[in-house]
Parts: sequence; structure tokens; C-alpha cells
Amino acid sequence: MKLTLPAFVGRIAFSALAALIGAAFALPLLWFLFAPFNARAELGLAVPDPWTLSNFVTVFGNSFAVQALWNSLIQSVGGVILVGAAATLAAYALSRSSLPGKGAVTYILLLFSSVVSGSAAMVPIFLIVSAAGLIDTHLAVILTFAGGLLPTAMFILRDFIDSIPKSYEESAMVAGASPVQAFFDVALPVIRPGIVVVVVWGFVNIWGSFLIPFILLRSDDQMPASVAIYSFYSEAGTPIVTLLAAYSLIYSLPVIALYLFVSWKFGFRFFGGIKA
Amino acid sequence: MASVEFRNVTKTFGSFNAVSDVSFSIGDGEFVCLLGPSGCGKTTSLRMIAGLETPSSGQVLIGGEDVTHYHPKDRQISMVFQDYALYPHMNLADNIAYPLKVRGKSVSDRHGRAKEVADVLKIGHLLDRLPSQISGGQQQRTSLARALVYPSQVYLFDEPLSNLDAKLRLEARGFLNHLQRDMGMTAVYVTHDQAEAMALATRIAVMDQGRIVQYAPPIEIYRRPATTFVANFVGNPPMNLVPVEAMQGDGQLRLAAEGLTLGGLAMSSGIETALGGGKALTLGIRPEHLSIAAPGAVNTISGKLFANENMGPESLVTIERADGSRLTARIFTDEHIALDEDVTLGFGSEHVHLFDGAGVRIAADGEQAL
Repeated sequence: MKLTLPAFVGRIAFSALAALIGAAFALPLLWFLFAPFNARAELGLAVPDPWTLSNFVTVFGNSFAVQALWNSLIQSVGGVILVGAAATLAAYALSRSSLPGKGAVTYILLLFSSVVSGSAAMVPIFLIVSAAGLIDTHLAVILTFAGGLLPTAMFILRDFIDSIPKSYEESAMVAGASPVQAFFDVALPVIRPGIVVVVVWGFVNIWGSFLIPFILLRSDDQMPASVAIYSFYSEAGTPIVTLLAAYSLIYSLPVIALYLFVSWKFGFRFFGGIKA
Repeated sequence: MASVEFRNVTKTFGSFNAVSDVSFSIGDGEFVCLLGPSGCGKTTSLRMIAGLETPSSGQVLIGGEDVTHYHPKDRQISMVFQDYALYPHMNLADNIAYPLKVRGKSVSDRHGRAKEVADVLKIGHLLDRLPSQISGGQQQRTSLARALVYPSQVYLFDEPLSNLDAKLRLEARGFLNHLQRDMGMTAVYVTHDQAEAMALATRIAVMDQGRIVQYAPPIEIYRRPATTFVANFVGNPPMNLVPVEAMQGDGQLRLAAEGLTLGGLAMSSGIETALGGGKALTLGIRPEHLSIAAPGAVNTISGKLFANENMGPESLVTIERADGSRLTARIFTDEHIALDEDVTLGFGSEHVHLFDGAGVRIAADGEQAL
């Protein structure tokens, strides 16, 4: 098909504009990839010369920062296991049982969760955790996140389970399975893609959160990486760009790895094939 | 194999009566079809046999044992679901063998038996496929194989053929009929397709609004429908129903309706009883008992030609009467029928069905009351 001249010019202009906008977004990302390998990195974008791992050596020499990555992992994995398991069971029950008013329960929980996870709730959360004697423990962070993320996780999963025909478990039970067998043999594998979505979402939430661990934790050896990043500021409050860049790259790797793993293993796709 | 019995079973969902005080029994080795329009309670009845619903009141018995409150797993039944309910994460072998897995059979036993059944159903070469990798007809046979893989007291079918295209449906229907002859299984089969019910059942229970309207062998349902509802539901096309005004004269029954010419019909005690309830009756004639007749002849009904459809072995001729109601005739000829605008259809008086004002069949003398 031949293009008319105005259409041709229009296309060129559109492409140029799109390229410009793309570049604006690509620049920070490029900085993020280059700066960690540049011993003299500054806030401006520069190709490292020479490429070096010296920033990483310094970061890994900082035991507080390394411990913080480990702490992040404990808190995220712990929180995700709790949220994943509890949300699956709760959502399954809410979806399959014939409880009166179960829809209202889910919506009210969802409403409250947006209050709980907001910063307005920080004082009561602190008081509750303090009264429970859990200040400065991983458990405090894990429980607080579980409470904050559960309603939304339940909501997502319930929606997902609602869309799965009941006849899967019914056919298993008619075939001789107990409700528990039907759940583990048939329902759980079918729900798994939904659980994976919730787990990834929960992990990213906890991994990236600053305020809750900052308030609930005190000692250095409990702090997660999101808080530890602030150790790469000089006493005057200016960031040490080289180390900050290197640490940020390390900090973002687990989330990227998780995404790639899930995408490879589960593909973020759902089982289909039922003609309704 | 075992018998199934419903004793005064009622099932309500909120204020909706899905099944109202239904009692019937299914003999050992019988193939019973629950037939009716959607919402008539047939699927709910089936699910109560399976234990997937609990009756609000009444009892369900399988093999003489009261199983009303048994969990489905304790009923020794098999069920084929409308959507097949094949587990998407298991291959066909594991799908078919799942009932054996929950019964604690070893993997080699399970797969050996699954292969046997799959071979009978001609899906033996697909056992390592996932359900999403096979066709609809193969999925249907897989779900059937899963139901047949272990011995059951009762086999339940919930519209198992409704997701198949017309040709596959006929094929599967023939296979089910063969299977029934072969195994003599006790089966309860839910369908809204009267042809399926006629072809498969030893008895049909026609349901409407949560009640069984008629429970009889297919030929009985066809020949002597208990109500106008059954007459209208069974048969393809369904029975033609004409509202008529009845009078008694010279010891004979005279029926009058627009375009209808009918000789006197013999009186019977049933007709006399019906006339006691009012003069408005319903005349029923099956399309296959109508033929093209000369205008004005006795035992005819006439109207304007509405449609003339050639189906191959037969033609469907539909006429429209003055009041807008339509009658269809099945004319058995593979020739094209040329018709004028005014058409007269004739019938033999032995093929006339009569229903009273409430739509209940008026039995002829000597005919067993229904």
C-alpha cells in the first residue's frame, strides 16, 4: 500500500516523538545499569571507563548491608508463605461454601485492608505489636504484612476460584475422594496459577516496603535492604552514588529473578479448554 | 448395580421449589432419563442421587439403603458431567484412573485398567495427552471412561452430550445405547433433548416445575402423553394442539374449531367426566399422522400455507389458522410437494388425542388410567 505524503510525514513525526519519549524513560534505566560498574559514577549518565566491580566489593564488605538482604529475604518469604497459604484456604472457603453474606465479608475486609496498610494506621499497629512484645522481630514485620495483604490476596484469589467450575471437585468426590483429597488433588493444582500471582504480588510488596520495617524494627541486624539502602548516605545526608547504585542493582535482582522463574515455570497463564 | 428410589423428596433453594415432593423408583438395570425444560428440577434430582445436593425433606435410597445424608464418596456411584470436568493438569491416563487412585490402587494397576477402558472407548492412543490437547468428542469419551473405570452401583449422566456437535452426538448416543445393552447398568440420565431420551431410556420421567408429570416407557410417553405439556415436549416436531369446543349429540362427541371438520367421536366415561368440567377441550394430533387432504373432507383441518420445508425423506408442511396458531404435518415423501395457498390436512380418528380443560389426557375406555 502506498502512503500519501502527509501520512508519511505524520508517521515519521509520530515515530520520532515515540523515540524521544522512549529515550526519556530509558535514560534512568541505563544509568541504573551503568553506574554500579563505574568507580567514579555520578548522577549524570556515563559509560563506565573502565568497567569495574569495585563498587560491589565495597558493598559486600559492608556486613550490615549484606545482612539486610538476608533479612529482606526472611521477611518476604515468611510473609508470602503466610499470605499465600491463608489466602488460598480462606478464598477457597469463601468461594465454595454457602455462607450467608460471604460477599459482604470480602468487601469489608478489602475496605479495612486499605486502612491498615496506609500510614495512618502506623501508630495503632506500633502499639499492637508493642503490646504483643514483638517489636524488633522478623515476626512483627511478617504478621503486619500478612494482615495488610491478606484481604486483597483473598479478593484476587476468590475471584479466580469463582471462575473455576465446581464440577472439578464434584467429580472427584463422586469418584470417591474426600473433600480434603479433592482439594489437594484437583482444586489446588487448578488454582495454582492464581496463587502464584498472589505470591509474586505479595513478595514485591514486602520486598519493596520501607515504612513498616523502619518503624517496627530497631536493631541493625533485623533491618531489611529497603532500610539498609540509607546506610549508603554520608553523614551529611548526601548519597554515595557508587555504592548506592551497586546495592540497588543487587536489591532489585531477587524480584527480577522471581519474575523470570515464575514466567518460565508457570508462564502466568491459566489452564483453559472447557467449552462452556 | 442397584436400584434407586426417591421418597417424597423436596428441594428448595431459598423460596424456590426446585423439586416438589417427588417419589419414584428406578429398578436394577434400568436406564431412566429425566427429561424436561431447563429449571424443571431434573439436574437437581440427579445431584441429590449423587449427594452433591441434600434434599430439604424426603429420602433418597440406593440399593434399598437410605443414603440421603451420605457423602458422595460413600455412595459408590459414577457421574459424567456436562462440562466433562476433566482435570486440566493430569494426562488422560491419570484422569481416567483418578477414581482408582483415591481407592488406593497401585500405579501399575491404575494405568493398566485405564488403558483397558480407554481402548474400548478408542482413546487408548491418547493416554499421555492433556485434556486441552484432545477434541471435544475425545474429552467426552474420557469423562465416560473415568465413570466406567470402577464398578458402580449407579451411573449418573448430566447432559453428557450437549456440548457435542450434532454428528458426534448421534454417534455417542448410539454408543451409550450399546453400552447399556452390554452392561445392563442402572443409569440416570438428565437431558432436555427428547430424542436422546427416547433413544436411550427404558423409562422416561418427564419433569415440569419440580414435579414428575409422567413416568413411563418411551413408547408409552409417545403414544399416550399424560398431559398437553408432555405431548408438546416429546416428538419432533411436537404434537399439534388445537383448542376445541365440545358438545354431545346423538350419543357422540362433536368438536368444533375454526377450520376443523370432524365426524362424531365415540363417547367414553372419561369424556363424560371431562365435559362435566367444561366444554373447552384440547385436540392433539401428531405431525406424522397428518396428510394432505381434499378441502371439506371429514376429519380435516385447514389453514393458510405458512411453510413448506423439504427435509429429504420427508416434508414439513406448516399451516396457519385464522387465530394465528400453527399446525405442522410431516409428509413422508422425498418429492417436492406443490401446494396452494389454502391447505387442508387430514387425519385418522384413531390418531386423535383428547385433553381436558386442565390439559390432562382423557383416557379412552379400556385404556389404563394414567
